[in-house]
Amino acid sequence: MEFEIVIGLEVHAQLKTNTKIFCGCTTSFGAAPNSHTCPVCLGMPGVLPVLNKQVVDYSIRMALATNCEINRTNQFARKNYFYPDLPKGYQVSQFDLPIAEHGWVKIEVEDESKKIGLTRIHMEEDAGKLVHDEREPKSYVDLNRTAVPLIEIVSEPDLRSPEEAVAYLKKIHSILRYLDICDGNMQEGSFRCDANISLRPHGQKELGTRTELKNMNSFRNVQRALEYEIRRQRDLLLEGEEVVQATLLWDPDRNVTSSMRSKEEAHDYRYFPDPDLVPIVIDEEWIETARASLPELPGQRKQRFMEELGLPAYDAEVLTAAKELADYFEAALLGYDNAKKLSNWIMTELMREFKGGGPEDIAACKVSPANLAALLTMVQKGTISGKIAKTVFSDMMESGKEAEAIVKEKNLSQMSDEGDLVRIVQEIMADNPEQVEQFRDGKTKVMGFFVGQLMKKTKGQANPQMANELFQKELTK
Amino acid sequence: MKISHDEIRHVAKLARLELSSAEIESMAGQLDGILGYVDKLSEIETEGVKPTTHALSIYNAFREDIVTESLPREEALKNGPLQNGEAFVVPKVI
Repeated sequence: MEFEIVIGLEVHAQLKTNTKIFCGCTTSFGAAPNSHTCPVCLGMPGVLPVLNKQVVDYSIRMALATNCEINRTNQFARKNYFYPDLPKGYQVSQFDLPIAEHGWVKIEVEDESKKIGLTRIHMEEDAGKLVHDEREPKSYVDLNRTAVPLIEIVSEPDLRSPEEAVAYLKKIHSILRYLDICDGNMQEGSFRCDANISLRPHGQKELGTRTELKNMNSFRNVQRALEYEIRRQRDLLLEGEEVVQATLLWDPDRNVTSSMRSKEEAHDYRYFPDPDLVPIVIDEEWIETARASLPELPGQRKQRFMEELGLPAYDAEVLTAAKELADYFEAALLGYDNAKKLSNWIMTELMREFKGGGPEDIAACKVSPANLAALLTMVQKGTISGKIAKTVFSDMMESGKEAEAIVKEKNLSQMSDEGDLVRIVQEIMADNPEQVEQFRDGKTKVMGFFVGQLMKKTKGQANPQMANELFQKELTK
Repeated sequence: MKISHDEIRHVAKLARLELSSAEIESMAGQLDGILGYVDKLSEIETEGVKPTTHALSIYNAFREDIVTESLPREEALKNGPLQNGEAFVVPKVI
């Protein structure tokens, strides 16, 4: 039996504000435990939380960037449950009136474009962090992260494969980072993802029983966890067994999902409007101001790269996924005008040799955009060959020196001086009378041998086109 | 009865309360009284009336995104029933 895969994702993105959502405690990461708390975020009785305006502003930007409808009036609700990382006994979130709903983003999978629906975006506070003792039955609670602002972005169950899920996740990640409202760091937990997944026989309307996957802190883990869970559910269904609705934790070391004890029996959260927080009313002026502040988004930039620079869709997608790489590309383009050649160099040579992280860290690369442009210009002018350029580039990546300095220092300029080359050509002919004979007998294939010899003698510095012409001339004399 | 014993047990569990059968019995009576009292509200015609979530008609109470000082850790941990100078200590929860 063939099954259709149905996946919906919930993304939690930490917003890049200076302060927490309802108090002035700093949100900076990595401080000593419990050094960033105050009576408000500790959940002391009688305190009054006051909403950080920047949180609303950032959420509006995300809503606009993902084609959502903004709820002109929205409000916070209390989600009640007990857990030690939640000092108040409830999480302030949004329930029936979230800030935004009914959006969509476009993803590209295998050259096909697909629209993925966004159910909603809501604002909420993060919980604290628990560290579990290895030996004793104790857990340690650090409340620095408590009440750091989050937006939760919930997709429609529109995703049909792990590849689509990862493409969607990367798109959301990319938009958040272009907007500069979330740093997107998955290891530090500022970008987290939960997945709901179910299988149903092809053609069936009702959804199958779903499981929820948690603890996937990289794109790769999302892909692997989903693949595992698809196999697990498929096996159960094929055996005639039932999938049990559950929350599962992905174990990246063992490559399996395991059942997690439920936080709260039957998820009875008893939401109700938070009486401490007044409603948020967003007027047209606020929305238009936010709209005007939006930067060029990844989709728009990709489109521009395709239309104005003539890049293929694939190149444009790779170059624009991280804002920093797209910036690098455009900066290099100021000094070198062949967009496709530049794109090839960045996607292959640069990304292969760059060991400092992903495309978003490219600013740390020792080869500046201007230097890369200078190197490629030398190739274009014939000063060095494409092959030599790769060697020079490796050197640049290591030493941070400029292309021209390396070429000069190591004497790598292509030999385009006819006099010098003719002398070497004649030497080679004198050393290989047999091959000369063969050529004159019509075996023109030995030309390859001659050019090879020349390249060897000149350490690859001869201009290959000129070498061909010179041999042709000398051999037919 | 407006509330069953099972519902009381469920609510007690959510609130982490342990109730004896006698207490459940007495809670049932009290909660029943409260629910009956609140039920009076449903006699009012509310068709077309917007839900009231707040007693005040104000909205948009914001603060600017400016860092203020946090509590010294010692102060923050002071009220925890169990702490180790760095963190609150709780029974293992995973």
